[in-house]
Parts: sequence; structure tokens; C-alpha cells
Amino acid sequence: MGLRRVAVVGAGMTKFMRRAMETGRELAWQASSMALESCEMTRRDIDCVVLGTAPDTFDGVHMKGEYLADGAGGWQKPVMRGYVGGGTGVFSPIQGWYHVASGLFDTCLVVCEEKMSTCLPHPQAAFLTIFDNMLERPLGPNLIWIFALEMHRYMTVHGVSKRDIALVSVKNKGNALDHPCAQVAQKITVDDVLNSETLVWPVSWLDISPVSDGAVALVLAAEHVAKRVTDKPVWIDGVGWHLDSAYWTNRDLYYPKYVEYAARMAYRMAGITEPRKQIQIAEPYDPFSYKELHHLEGLLLCGKGEAAQMTADGVTQRDGDLPVCPSGGLLGVGNPIAAAGLMKVAEIFWQLRGEAGKRQVPGKPTTGVAQAWGDLMQVGTVTVLRT
Amino acid sequence: MPDPVAIIGIGQTQFRATTPGVSYKELMFEAASRAYADAGIDPRRDIDSFVCCSEDLTEGTSIFDEYVPDQLGAVLRPVHTIGGDGIQGLAAAYMQVLTGVFDVVAVEAHSKASNILTPHHVLALALEPGLVRPLGAHPHFVAGLEMSRYLAESGTTREQCATVVAKNRFNALFNDAAAYGADVEVDDILRAAATFAPLTALDTSAPADGAIVVVLASEARAHALGADAVWIRGAGWRSDSAGLDSRSWGTAAYAHLAAQQAYELAGIASPSREIDFAEVDDTFSYKELQHLEALGLFGEGEAGPATEEGLTAIDGDLPVNASGGSLGVGHLGEATGLQKVVEVVRQLRGEAGQRQIEDVEVGLAQSWRGVPTATGAVVVLSRE
Amino acid sequence: MTSEREYPGTPLTDGQLRRGEVLLVEHEPNARYAWDAGVAIGRSLAELKKGRLVGRECYRCRRIVVPPRMFCEQCFRPTDRWVYLKDSGRVNTYSISYLRWDATRVAKPSIPAVIEIDGASKGMGILHLLGGVKPEDVQMGMRVKAVWKPPRQREGSIRDIRYFRPY
Repeated sequence: MGLRRVAVVGAGMTKFMRRAMETGRELAWQASSMALESCEMTRRDIDCVVLGTAPDTFDGVHMKGEYLADGAGGWQKPVMRGYVGGGTGVFSPIQGWYHVASGLFDTCLVVCEEKMSTCLPHPQAAFLTIFDNMLERPLGPNLIWIFALEMHRYMTVHGVSKRDIALVSVKNKGNALDHPCAQVAQKITVDDVLNSETLVWPVSWLDISPVSDGAVALVLAAEHVAKRVTDKPVWIDGVGWHLDSAYWTNRDLYYPKYVEYAARMAYRMAGITEPRKQIQIAEPYDPFSYKELHHLEGLLLCGKGEAAQMTADGVTQRDGDLPVCPSGGLLGVGNPIAAAGLMKVAEIFWQLRGEAGKRQVPGKPTTGVAQAWGDLMQVGTVTVLRT
Repeated sequence: MPDPVAIIGIGQTQFRATTPGVSYKELMFEAASRAYADAGIDPRRDIDSFVCCSEDLTEGTSIFDEYVPDQLGAVLRPVHTIGGDGIQGLAAAYMQVLTGVFDVVAVEAHSKASNILTPHHVLALALEPGLVRPLGAHPHFVAGLEMSRYLAESGTTREQCATVVAKNRFNALFNDAAAYGADVEVDDILRAAATFAPLTALDTSAPADGAIVVVLASEARAHALGADAVWIRGAGWRSDSAGLDSRSWGTAAYAHLAAQQAYELAGIASPSREIDFAEVDDTFSYKELQHLEALGLFGEGEAGPATEEGLTAIDGDLPVNASGGSLGVGHLGEATGLQKVVEVVRQLRGEAGQRQIEDVEVGLAQSWRGVPTATGAVVVLSRE
Repeated sequence: MTSEREYPGTPLTDGQLRRGEVLLVEHEPNARYAWDAGVAIGRSLAELKKGRLVGRECYRCRRIVVPPRMFCEQCFRPTDRWVYLKDSGRVNTYSISYLRWDATRVAKPSIPAVIEIDGASKGMGILHLLGGVKPEDVQMGMRVKAVWKPPRQREGSIRDIRYFRPY
């Protein structure tokens, strides 16, 4: 039996903000309405809803998928909430993909929403509870510890410096100046990054993405519906996701194997054998500057330890050979956890249709990859999109 | 109609009020080991994808997905968690198999309810924060309100609800895994003090700990493995309005709509005739009756009288909750739905021992995510 | 998507909140848990109280793993025996933290590290803190040893080890 083809046919998003007046439901509704409007569909045309939203501790609402469902068009529909931490944003369209590819549904609304500002005194405090309850929480860890430990390991194994890595922040925050929803777009230099406050060495203030509120939504459709709805469907040709061991202190953090495995799964499905040649545009997950490099290697878009050089050579600029994070990424647009990943998928969608406005990369790309990461340095979620 | 998808393995731990000697990881490892042995598979080689069902605030850990893979044999494999119940998890696995990309998918859910020191305060966090939570009420008030409305609309009596409790807890005496098997009488329940009138503590299932894993396979793989398969004919799940202010209180619309989808996929036109037995949610006594009517297994207002007449007993026309239901087994949180699926599978395989129902071909398992949600799922399983 | 379009979302400032221009509903969660440590961690905590680190061995892959677990996640089988480990190891990676867990700043930084424990298989690390050393003197690969709380003060917790110090 042949694989049932599924396309993205519409997309919408809210601004990403440090603190939104809107509730989580309202943000979800805004993004969903825009996505539906963009392809002239209504809630009646939607067969099922996939909701992506990360820790309930931010909102202070238990089983928050239930609470948010109404805002995501879920009333009396089959609603399912997938949850793989930060990987959720790219996992949700994968979950939507299997809803439609199964043949049970013809259309799916994928909504990712995050409202982090609710958590007082600071959302970052909520991350204490992601650590192991027995052996790690008593040490009072801050979320940034694990990134700092991983960044330091990556730098040491490959001989990459903070200066090399800072180029990613410069690129992405600059790219975000052209994104109308961006929260922290700005023109900065490498020295700005190096001189910014050290939080958890080697991580500095300008190496990290902010806390954000925001929502993004996509409309997915089976082939026969997609072709009716739009003359530019963007096909979900490959999906992949892998989760590594919870025992992260038993793993060498210099390389994200789980991203590689997820990428291989997606590439195999999409018939991609030479990713660097066959993929024209990439949106890897960049919550921290070094993660873009880490993930480019995991995505097999360059060899291990080569991402820094690739960046320094300008390959990953918008007008470079392989534009990376033309959206501005999390570093520039913002990081409402689940919505951030979906923003990357939406970016690839708009780029492949030539609708990315000032962010449009030249050369009419036809194949793009979006990737997110999550859990405790563990999950890789990858989608390959094609026109 | 979709391709048939098989359940080729089931595994569980005992369900008990407390499980102090073992961690949740150790419970999960036990359930997974049993399920994979039942299916005749090696998870490191044979399982294509894993689906886990959990809620952070039930576990006391954020992004609980982090902690699932090792004890399931799922390290560096496709794994994802849903914030949903076990039958929704089963549906996710079902859809993955139907895509044709995944041949074997495992589903897991567990409960460590005994580890929550403030369960009703945690549950209260599920109440809408702006207008409902500030009322400062114990969340079970929602069930009390719903029970009042259901009794008024359907004409069901408290005695009929109490009969559900007596039936299910008695059935549980024949289920080795059950935590709360007991011979209780209808009068015991009617005399019990009201908690959220008309609910009493005895109308309310008590929590239990345990873990369950179920393994699904494509038709081709099930045959290749020579599995003792039970077939998923259809599944459905629905979320009605989360808002207490905008839902209809008397009927369980989510169950009705979810069942409609499952029946359509399964080609079932007349459920009350074609379903031989069912495991339906009985978190509270009245829910069993409300759900039976929403599922179309009994007419409006008829489930109560039918229960009183013994039609839903193990030897009745349409046995309901032969396992003991949540009232008898213990409420297992998100794993409740999988407990019901496992019972249906055992019955269809003829492995239910003293609780075996005679001549069963088609069974139904239904779940509800509990107060204050209006979300539930249904799956129809058959022997052939 | 065109850049002229107005995107929804109404940003609020801290000032608006402070001045009471926006209404809030506040709630403090009462979510408390007592987790069963189980066989593996239960033993691990009991050993920490006695001033010892313990791991488990899988006979099939021959790994000695720490933190201990009753199942081998690679082989998917039960692990086979307890193994006492040394309370020393090598720094696999470390960082210098000026933030507490709740994001408040501290003047005196802490030094979180992943320490590969002697006696366990290669790469088997645990998370802990380094101490008795200046941050600028820490090196990757440095050898460190646990500094324990005195026996009377130990509770059966990872904090029974105060920190790891170079030696």
C-alpha cells in the first residue's frame, strides 16, 4: 500500500512576546484563525486537532491540553496533545501527519501554543522540575546548567571557541529584523555577545533565546484535499523522531545522536541520500547559539565539528549556499517552547512557497528541513518538506 | 474501513493502593517485560515506535517524557508522550500502524497515585484558573453537579448507581490484579455520608498504583509472528468543551461522539446487539450508567434499571466491567483506559479465568479523562 | 505571509503590571509528592548515607552503570549485581554558574559538573558540584574526589556528598 501523501496548506502565527495580554487559549485561537483564513477553510473543514504545548508548570494548569483545546478549534473534535518538551513544535506536525496518513482523517489543524509569562517569579524556575527528582533536583540545578555543560563539551572536543559560536547569535538576531513577529531581533556584533553577562559559563546572555508567549498553527490536508485548497501544497515528505536515554550523564554530550537518528528516519522516508546536496534550506532548533551548530552536525548537513567553519564561511547566511534559520530562529524571533519549533516549520512552508517577504532566500528552494530538540538533551524531531 | 490492526501482547503489574518497594521505572519495566514476552518480541529489535501517556503534574516532574525510554527498551528509538489517556495512546499507536510506516508499536501508561501527597490540590489545578479555581472548591464538586443533573434527566436512582458499585467491587474479587475487590451491599453505599451530594465516598473509585504496556502490530507482522491476535476494528476520541459553563451536563457527549467514530470504522450499525461486553469508565458509580447510554448500549434512562435487573452482570446479556472497573480495580489515572483494553483482550482470548464471559466475539473499551475534563475515547476489539 | 500584515498578540510591559493596569488572578499551587525510591535508588540513597557510591552490572553487555538501575536499557534485561564504586572520578564537563535555580544572580558562582565515577564503565557520569577549587583552576579531565558530610549529618541523599574536590 502506498504512503498517503500529506501537505501543509495553511499557516498562521501570533507575535512572540515576553508577556502577552492574551491567555493561552486566545493565543491559540489567534494563530488557528489566521491559519484557517490563509487557506480559506473553516473549523467545519477540520477533521481533527493536534495540540502541542510544553510544561504545564508554566501556565499553572494541570492537563492543560484540555483547557486549551477550545482555543485550538477542538470543540467536539478528536483532539490529541503530543508532548516531547522542546521537540514538540516539530513533533506536532509529525503527529498531524500520522493522523492524516493513517487514512482516518483528511484534514488536521496543528496548533502549538506556549504561555510562559504566567509563571512567577520567573518561568526559568519551573525548569527545576525537569531534573531527576531523586539525584539531581536536590542539587538546585538551573536549566542553563545542562546547556552550559553540553556547550563546554562541544567546544572542548572540537576546539570551537565562544567567538566562533557567537556568529550564530549575530546571524539569527539579524535575520529576525525581517520577521514581523520577532521579540528580540537586533543588530549585534560578536563582541557584543562576548561582552554580555555571563550566566552559566560558557553561556552568556546573548547566547540564549528569551522566555516568550506565542502560538503558531498549521493546516494539514490529504493529497486530494490539498490540491483543491491550494496550488502550492508543501508536502511532508519525511518525518523522524528519536529519544535517547534519560541517563544524560552517561552520554557524551558533544554530539546529538538522537538528532542524527531522527534525521536518518526522515531522510529515508523522503528519499534523501545526500542531505547537504538535496536540502536547500534548514531551520534547526537554536535555543542557544551553539545548538545551531550542534544540530547542523546531527542533521548531517556537515561533518562533526565542521559547523562553526561553515558558519564563519558565510554558507549559512540567507544568501549563502545553505541558508540556516532565515526566520531568525529562536534567538531572534523568540522561544515560546512548543510554538517556537512550529514557527520553524511555518518558515519552511512560507519559504518554499516564495511567501517569506523580506526573509525570502534566493534560488527558489524546493526542499527544506525543520528540526527541534527537547527533553533532557534527548529528543530529536525532524520534518522534511518539499514543494 | 481501515485495515485491521492487531494487539499482539499485553503486560501489567498488580494494581495496589501503595507500591512502596518499587519506583515507577521498575513498575514500567515489569509491565513491559511481560508484554514483550506475551508478544514474543525483543524491543531493541522489533518495536518501531513507542507511545507513552502521562501528565506532568500527576508525576511531579515536568516533561515526564524524558524519563520513559530506558525501562521500556526504547532508548534511541521513536518515542513520544501524549498528555492523554491510555486509549488515546492506543489510538495514536493505531494510526501509526495504519500509515504503513510502523509495523509494531508499544503503548504504555502507569499510575503512582500513592506518591501524590496533595491529590485534590493537584486536580484543582486542572480547574479553569480565572473564574472557577478561585471558588476554592474541591474539584469533585464537578462530579456531584454532573451526577445530580444525570439523575434528574435520566430518571436514574441512587440505588441503581449503588448497584454498579456492588457489582464492580464483587467482580473484582475474581481479578487477582485488582486492589479493591469486596462484597459491598447497596445499603452500605446509600447510608454512606455524602461527599458532594448525591455522591458518597463509596460511589467514588479509590486510586491505585500499577503499570500497563500493550503491543500493536500490523496484520502482516501479527501473522508473521504467529501472534494470538485480538483485532482493533475501530477507535474514536473526542473532547467536548472544557468549560464548565458551556457543556451539557446530563449526557456524556464526548463518549457518544467517540463511539460514533469507532462504530463507523468498525462497521457496527447496532451497538447494543453487536457488542458482546464492555469495559466502560466508572470513575464514579453514575458514570458507568451515563457512559452506557452515551455509547448506545442502552437507551436513555435504561442503564440503571438494566443494572438492577442483572443484565450487566458477568452472566448477564451485556456484561459490563467484568474486571471490576475502576471501582473494583482501583483508579489508575491515565492507565485506566489500558486496564480496560487489557481486560477486553483477556476476555476475547478466553484468558479471564473465573471472570470469563461465555461466547464473546466483540468487546468495547471506553475511557474518560476524569474531572474536570469532557474528553474520552473508545476502542472496539474483536476476536476475528 | 507579507511583512505589511499586522500579526495578532498584545505585548504587555512589566510597568503595566506594576501599575495595576492589567488584572491578574494569582494562585499558589499546592503540589507535593513523596516518590517511592524503589529498589535501585533506594539502595543508592542508603549507600550514600554510609558514605559509598554503588552501581549495577549487566552481565551481557558488561557495563557497570551509575546511577544504578534494575534494568539494562541497552540489552533490555534485568541488571545482575551490585558493584561498589570509588568516590572519585574525572571531570567530563563542567560549567560556572552565576544563577540559582530560580534565575536569581549570585556573586559566588557554583561549579556544576558531570563526573565520570571510578569503578563504573567509561562515560558513566553523575551530576554534582565541584568545590574547594577556584573556577578558573578547573580543567576538563581533572581528577576529583568526593568530600562527604560527617556521618551524623548524612540523610540518604545525593547531598550527603558536599562536593567533589580536585586531588
